[in-house]
Amino acid sequence: MVTATIQTPEAPRVAGASLDIEDVSHGFELDGTVLEVLDDVSLHVAPGEFVALLGPSGCGKSTLLRLIAGLEPPTRGRLAEAGRPIAGPNPSRVVVFQDPTLFPWRTVRRNVAVGPEAQGTLKQSQQRIDEALALVGLSKFAKAYPHQLSGGMAQRVALARALVNDPDVLILDEPLGKLDSLTRITMQAELVSLWRREGFTAILVTHDVEEALFLANRVIVFSDRPAHVKADIPVDLPYPRHRGDPRLAELRRQVLGLLGLDADW
Amino acid sequence: MSDISSRSEGRPAAPRLTLADVVPAVPRPLVDVVGLVAGIAWFAVAASALALEDVGDWPRTPTFAAAAGLLAAGFIAVALASRWLGAPSRWLDRAGLWLIVLGLFFTLWQLASAKLGWVPLPFFPPPQALLEVYLDDFPRLGESILASVKLQLWGYSIGAVAGFLTGVSIGWSQRAAYWVHPVLRFIGPLPAGAWLPIAFFAFPSSWSAGIFLIALATGFPVTVLTWSGILSVNPAYYDVARTLGARSRFLVLKVAIPAALPHVFVGLFMALGTSFSVLVVAELLGVKAGLGFYMQAAQGWGDYANLYAALLVLALICSGAVSLLFAARDRFLSWQKDLVTW
Repeated sequence: MVTATIQTPEAPRVAGASLDIEDVSHGFELDGTVLEVLDDVSLHVAPGEFVALLGPSGCGKSTLLRLIAGLEPPTRGRLAEAGRPIAGPNPSRVVVFQDPTLFPWRTVRRNVAVGPEAQGTLKQSQQRIDEALALVGLSKFAKAYPHQLSGGMAQRVALARALVNDPDVLILDEPLGKLDSLTRITMQAELVSLWRREGFTAILVTHDVEEALFLANRVIVFSDRPAHVKADIPVDLPYPRHRGDPRLAELRRQVLGLLGLDADW
Repeated sequence: MSDISSRSEGRPAAPRLTLADVVPAVPRPLVDVVGLVAGIAWFAVAASALALEDVGDWPRTPTFAAAAGLLAAGFIAVALASRWLGAPSRWLDRAGLWLIVLGLFFTLWQLASAKLGWVPLPFFPPPQALLEVYLDDFPRLGESILASVKLQLWGYSIGAVAGFLTGVSIGWSQRAAYWVHPVLRFIGPLPAGAWLPIAFFAFPSSWSAGIFLIALATGFPVTVLTWSGILSVNPAYYDVARTLGARSRFLVLKVAIPAALPHVFVGLFMALGTSFSVLVVAELLGVKAGLGFYMQAAQGWGDYANLYAALLVLALICSGAVSLLFAARDRFLSWQKDLVTW
């Protein structure tokens, strides 16, 4: 199925799941008081869509991702994947964090194998593991240990570790945030091509307006904490996109305006 | 990655510097002078043993002199043939200065003890007296070595396993921590030696009492370090594993324990030191076998050479045990960079 989509790159295979986030509010207890981070957030993501979440630092975007991943239950509201309520973590929704968080005692290949190993499907997944490594261009580093990798390579391994599970939803929590700008540009293009090839639903948290507009079908702009949806902007540009596209510049001005930064730009 | 390498392929390769370009090559000397001096120093050891009359009765003096002479001849042979020999000459090159110092030390020891009587006898016997112990009292000494190693192995293994399991359970389970932590705080810091008088009547044999004491001394540091290792695991590892489908069994066995392993090895290393001191104390005071017991008996009979001989063996065993532990650590923690070497 992978080869089929390579032959017809204009029509991505839709394998992703829909996400329904309805009236979700969430807070943390801190020194006896409750810190509200999400305020009545509703969001519907279609299967195979690439949605970017933008917002001021610390507004609760990453918390929303943790709720979608099922790492925590929301204080109020409902979350569902493909119509089924999200009750806990599931390998159909995999997260790539800002830090690669590779297990340092495992080689690159065995890091990628964590998902199949944890799910008890290691034996039948050997080929899939090699494919995932090849997909991120690290087949030659299968036997390396994480401390031998550069930041960009480590993040690629983290990506392979997520993709090996064939996720329906790929949750990206600022995955390129700590990379240098050249590596970031390369990996943005890689992310787009991976997403178009594999067809998963992607939810990306980022601080980089340009990155959001370059990658996503839709950009959701959040308010300050407690976060609520301030704007839902469709990015109706075909892929592959060009960074110099005047329509992108126009959208960027609009988004920066929503973030209150248009005067500084 | 790939684009960088392809870009550099177009350009002519820059001259690559190696260590040989930076450090001027030293021509290999015809003979290894340091090795030669070491050989001479060891001939001095042999000569000092033969030249003068012994002030006491040490039948192994000629054997000792012969052994020293043999070593000296060996060093000189290797030093002269250093251009043709590989490993032996490299070893001599590295150890040369130490061999000279040791040769001088043995000569001085020989003269001060057996020949001129500068040191009070029988408290400081000459080297040939120690050689005599190794050659003529080997059955008894060997038996003691075996007994000590066996006791240490049992006590340390039981303590290490129990400490590891306790540490993992209190690091993982709140309920286990609730029950075990107070006991650990209360009993743990008590030196294992304090249990000695109780242990020797509460246990059916001095052997089992010894195992108990060593296990206790081992268990405490291993427990505490394993526990702290489990608690200091980066919580993001658990998040990653859980989103990839891991259940608690996987989280404990494949995330928490490997992540805590560097701490565990620190605990094992600390425990090795305390367990040795308990081993010797237990053998000196109650256990009727082993090197401690041998030393105790030797002192009682005034056989001071036996005392030193046993002490030397003990030092070798302790050092060997640490080497083994470090080898195990290097194997298990090969994924870490910058390990301390032993």
